[in-house]
This record gives sequence, C-alpha cells and structure tokens, in this order.
Amino acid sequence: MMETALPYIWAGLLGLAVFIYVLLDGFDLGVGILFPFAHSDRDRDIMMNSVAPVWDGNETWLVLGGGGLFAAFPKAYAALMPSVYMPIGFMLIALIFRGVAFEFRFASKGVLQRLWDQAFHWGSIVAAFSQGLILGALVQGIVLHDGRFAGGMFDWLTPFSFFTGCALVWGYALLGSTWLIIKTEDGLLHWARQMANVAAIVVIACLVIVSITVPTLDMVAADRWGIHYPHLDWARLLPLTPVPLLTAACCWMLVRSVRDAQTVHKPFVLSISIFALAYLGLIISFFPYIVPYSLTITQAAAAANAQGLLLVGAVVLLPVILGYTGYVYWVFRGKVKTHGGYH
Amino acid sequence: MTDATDMLFLSRAQFAFTIAFHIVYPSFTIGLASYLAMLEGLWLRTGRNVYLVLYRYWVKIFAISFGLGVVSGVVMSYQFGTNWSLFAEKTGNVLGPLLGYEVMTAFFLEASFLAIMLFGWNRVGRKLHFTSTLVVAIGTVISAFWILAANSWMQTPAGYEIRDGIFYATDWLQVIFNPSFPFRFLHMVCAAYLTTAFVVIAVGSFQILRGMQSAASVVMLKMGVLFICIVAPLQLLIGHAHGVNVHHQQPVKLAAMEGHWETHRGAPLILFALPDQENARNDFELAIPQLGSLVVAHSLDAEIKGLKEWPATEYPPVATVFWSFRIMVGIGIVMLGFAFYGLWLLLRGRLESSPLFLRLGVLLGPAGFIAVIAGWFTAEVGRQPYTVYGLLRTVDSVSPITANSVGMSLIVFIFTYCTVFFAGFYYISRLIIAGPSATAAGEVPTPPMLSDRTNIRDFEQEMDLATSSTGDDQP
Repeated sequence: MMETALPYIWAGLLGLAVFIYVLLDGFDLGVGILFPFAHSDRDRDIMMNSVAPVWDGNETWLVLGGGGLFAAFPKAYAALMPSVYMPIGFMLIALIFRGVAFEFRFASKGVLQRLWDQAFHWGSIVAAFSQGLILGALVQGIVLHDGRFAGGMFDWLTPFSFFTGCALVWGYALLGSTWLIIKTEDGLLHWARQMANVAAIVVIACLVIVSITVPTLDMVAADRWGIHYPHLDWARLLPLTPVPLLTAACCWMLVRSVRDAQTVHKPFVLSISIFALAYLGLIISFFPYIVPYSLTITQAAAAANAQGLLLVGAVVLLPVILGYTGYVYWVFRGKVKTHGGYH
Repeated sequence: MTDATDMLFLSRAQFAFTIAFHIVYPSFTIGLASYLAMLEGLWLRTGRNVYLVLYRYWVKIFAISFGLGVVSGVVMSYQFGTNWSLFAEKTGNVLGPLLGYEVMTAFFLEASFLAIMLFGWNRVGRKLHFTSTLVVAIGTVISAFWILAANSWMQTPAGYEIRDGIFYATDWLQVIFNPSFPFRFLHMVCAAYLTTAFVVIAVGSFQILRGMQSAASVVMLKMGVLFICIVAPLQLLIGHAHGVNVHHQQPVKLAAMEGHWETHRGAPLILFALPDQENARNDFELAIPQLGSLVVAHSLDAEIKGLKEWPATEYPPVATVFWSFRIMVGIGIVMLGFAFYGLWLLLRGRLESSPLFLRLGVLLGPAGFIAVIAGWFTAEVGRQPYTVYGLLRTVDSVSPITANSVGMSLIVFIFTYCTVFFAGFYYISRLIIAGPSATAAGEVPTPPMLSDRTNIRDFEQEMDLATSSTGDDQP
C-alpha cells in the first residue's frame, strides 16, 4: 500500500516545493523586474531591502526542486534536464548575476552601481523568462526514446514557449508589485499600485490567451479538459469548470483591490491565489505524467527505500523549515525603511 | 576526436571548472561561520568591544562569500541532470536522498538564519542573534557532512546492489558511513578551518604591515596562530590516515598519487618526477628509498602496488594526480612550519612585531584555497576513469547532448564566473584594505530591541567604547 502511494506522495511534496519556490522567488524576481522603473535611487534601495533578507532562502526552494527531483524521480530528472539544457543554463547564469548584485550593489558607487542595478534587473528578467520557456516546453511535451531525451537542442524554443516566457515575467512582476504594496509607503506605494494594476491586466490577458490557444496547438493537455475544437466534451470539462471560474473571480477581485487605496495584503494574497489556480490547471493537464507526456509518476519513481528514507526526513523537516522560514518573515515584517542593512 | 569524446571532455571540463570555483566559497564560509560564532560568543561572554568590531567586519566578507557560494551551488544541483543525466539516472536511488537531506537539514537553515545574522541586529535580542550565528555555523558543517558522504560513496561505494545497471541502496548506514567518508569529512572540515585561519592571519598581518595596528588586528593574529597550532598538526594526521585509507580502498589512485608504475617491496617516496603516461615511467625522478612503504603501510619493506598491475584503461591521468597531491601536501607542511614559527613568536611576545612573520602571513593568505583545490583534483581526477569507483565509467555517465551545447555553456560559465569572481575579489579586497577600524567608526550597533530594557544601558556603554576605541586605532 505504502509502496504504491509513495510516488504520489512525493509528486505532491515536490509539486508543493516548486509552487512555494514560484511564489517566494517569484516576488523577489518580480521586484528585480520592476527595479529600474522606480522613480529614485532611494526607492530602489527600499525595494532591494524589502527582499534582501529573504532572497537566498527563497532560492533554496529551487535547489530543493532540483535536488528533490533527482532524489525522488531520478529518471524524470535525467530525462528532463538535457531536454531543457539551454534554458536551464540561461536561468542559472541569470540567477548568478542577480544574486551577487545584492551584495555588490551596496558596495559600489556611481557607474559600477548602475552596472549592478542592470545585472539585478536583467538577471531577474532572464531568470523569469527562462522558467517560462521551460514551462512552455513542458506543456508542449518532451520527446523521449527508451526513457531518455531524444529531441533536438532547440525543441524548447517555439512561439508558444516564447509567449509563456513573457507571461511568467509579467506574472512575477505582479507578485513583486503586490509584495511592494505590503512593504512600502507613500510615493513608492502609490507607484507599486500602478505597476500592480498594469501587471494584473497583462497577466489576465495572458491567462485568457493561453487557455484559448493550448487546445488549438493539438496538445495532450487540451484532451484533459475535453476541449477538441469545435467540439467540447462536457463530461470532462464540466467537473473542471470551477478552476477557470474561480480564477476569473480572483482576477476580478484583484483588479478591484489593487485600485483600492485601503488594501495592504489583499492584492498579494489574490495574486497568489491566481498562481495557485493556474498551477492547479497545470497539474490537471499533466497528471499522471511527471515528464509530459512520456513518463508517468510511477515510471519515474526512485526505489521505494530511497523515497521512503527521504520521506521520513521530509515529514519531520519540512514543517520545521516552514516554521523557521515563517519566523524569519515575521522578524522582518512591516514597512521597509531606507536603512535596514548591515552595510 | 569524435563528437562523443569532445562532449565527454567538455562536460568534464565544465564540471571541474564550476565545482572548483564553487568549492572555494564553502571552504572559506565553513571556517568563517565558526570564527564568527566564536567572536560573537567571546563578545557576549567578555563584553570586550574588539570582538564585536571584528564580528561586524568579518560578517561583511562572509555575506559576499556566502552569496557567491549560494549562486555557484545552485548551478551544481542542476548540472548532475543537464550534463550527467545517465549518472543521475543510475545513482539517483542512492545519492539522491543524501543530497535531499543536505538541502533539508542544511541549506534552508543557513539561508534563513543568515538573514538574522546580517539584518537582524535591530530586530532580535543578542542571545537570539548569537544563536542564529551558531545555527549558520552548524548548518555549514551539516552541509559538508552530506555532500562528503555522497562524494565518498562515489569513491568507495558500499551498502548497494546493482540491478539492470541501476544502483539500489541495501543498507543506508553503510551508504552514508562508507569506508572513506569519516576521513574525507574530517579532512575537508579541517581544511576549511585552516583556510579561514590563514585568511584571518593574512588580513591581520597586512593591516599591521600597513601601519594600521589595532587591538583587532592583534586579536586576529593571536586567535589565528593558536588555532592553526591545533588544526595544522591534526590535519596532517587526518590526511595521513586518509592516505592509508586510499591505499586500501583505491590502490590505483594511490599508485598514481605516489607515481609508482612498478610494484615494489620497500617502495621509495618520490619527491619529484615527471610521469610519462604513454611510456608508463617517470622522468627526472628524485626519491627517498623505502620511505614510501613506511609512510603508506608503516613498514620499510611493505608491498605497494604499481600502476602496471592494472590495464592502462584503468589509469587516471597520472601526472595531474601526482602533482596536485604534491602541491596539497607541500602546502600542508609549510602551514605546519608556519604554525610552529608563530607559536614560538607568540610565546616570546613578538608575534605582531616580527616583519618576517607578518610578510609570510600575507603570502600564505591564499594557501588554503590552493591546497583545497589541489586536494580535490587529487581525489576527483584520481577516481577517473570512473564516476563511481570501479563500477560506473565516466563515459557511461554523461548526458546525451551535443558537444556544441556543452561548448557554448562552458564558454558562458567561464565568462560569468570570471566576471563575478573578479568583482567579488575586488569588493572583498577593498574591505580588507579598509580594515576593521573603518567599520567601527562608520557604524555602531543599534539597540538590540527596544522592549529589551535591561540591555539598553550595556548597549549605551558599548557605543561609547566603540567610538573611543577608534581613537586607539590611530598609531
């Protein structure tokens, strides 16, 4: 019983880890994406200080995603990584430049500081865009032969994946701007609301476009939803309709809450909800595949004793990790002042 | 060369380059985190301001190094999949959980409590701040524990079975505590502590030589010298035990390290040679008879197997292993000599006034880094042509991707790492040149927490001390 359930438990845990990564690093990448558009250096200092204490903890969820996939689904890890070799490379390089910018920016003045500002900004954009490319490649499916990657070097590059890349940049900008609504005051807060407003509208447009185009691209994902233009399979689609309906409701509330000057946490929470629902949509499209649409969760699972050993640790440690991560966020709660650093 | 051999070479080059770059930072931050914990503990215990000044100085250098370690570490966790996917597929059942535990027990701990270490001065009490530093220090050692367990398993696999070319664990304790693990773990942690101690001594020496002698620079020297006097001899013993372990567990690697082609009873200790792999012999050999057997097997006429016992397809690149091993051991011996010289000066109260010692101190600043990289070259190149020693060949571990992709990514990684490395080097050098007194004058610690009333008076006294101590720093 346990042995058959293990792969699904791990798929769930790993899915959760990736989702936590997307939310957490999403908002600090989003702050980087919006960074150069702020009005003053003082605003930029505050923006950076709002994420400086938490960014490397956030990025650790990405390491857990990679390490966890290796540990729990080595076959999926081995099949997937070579297939997205280049976008993974772009993402890693971009994360290097933006990660070091946190320290180097505060240590520099003048031209050098401008340079690290750019590294922070472009690093954030490229990292977000690459993750969007990988997402697009996954939705389109990975070509395997005998469980190993058998596609071309540029399979990940299509108009669709380019679009999902751009969409994720906007998605992270939405998380970043609604995070800034919580953490900032006065002029910067007003600006953050404007940014959130634009990002919200673009993200909603992207969600609509993706939902409409996926079925026309003859993808397996559309079949899950029972959509075969012009025919709709209502037996499949109907039970799933709460997902798009809830998404629509959240979008509507988000646009309203961003424009309401009294809200603090609500826009961020609604943005998270939209991400969660979109993520749920992906899970519905992929299940039971872990490498869409060629390797299932059970096919890719590690040996039961490996997954079991790691599960013992995860059951004990993940709540502890979430606990002290929450504690660190609580320690750094409230609005950010200009001088919060140790520099 | 065919595309396949090109790709194997490029993938190995990329892994060697990215891991060598990465290991520099952990080997520094493992030691530095413990040093910071020691400084903060001493500050809380003695109330001496100099420890706080030093803490706030080194924590800036720590932050930069830690950041570089994090970003170069993320790369490593994906490279197993992108470039070594067959290795990942075959060993994932065994190594995956070890890396998973590293993330869950160490990485989150380090990243979260680092935030409090760096930004938490005004937000938590002193004891909690000290606890955070301690937790980060412990986290770095936990991380070393798991990654060295994984690496050691690749060197001396145990507790596994192979079915259809895939490794399965049969006994987790044997997997983790495999035959070479205890030696490699202790050897690496001591190496990290030594590396940091030599950097601290170099910075203290540099400041005194520049006429910026202060209480802080003298404390750096004294703590550093006392520390290396304990750890350098210890490291020599651990290193020796590790060598004996290699002799038993990985005889081919040992033969390459020692430069032995022929099997000897009473093998010589080769000091210098140019190994010629094609003709299976050494040129310009300089050796001490019988000492090799004595060192490795503790007997003057013990048998040491030479490389010719095995087919040439089993050889690692002999010259690389031979020389990187000598560089590491040579640096270790120099470190030991320096430690004793320092102790002798310290006992005579002449540590900070000996120009020779101070100059040597500056010169040896990077010694630990070079020894660590040389040591890892010995270990990893010495394991070739296998990724899992004797069981999985490197050629059967690499991803099915094209040489072009790997070549391009390698160029981009070299460019990125060089840029980032030089920038990091520049900013750290600037901090070192400015010295701890600049930190103390620039910023004094802000109150721990307003609610923590008992601490406020102490704190105000310290602020006075901090401001007045900067006066002492002027010679």
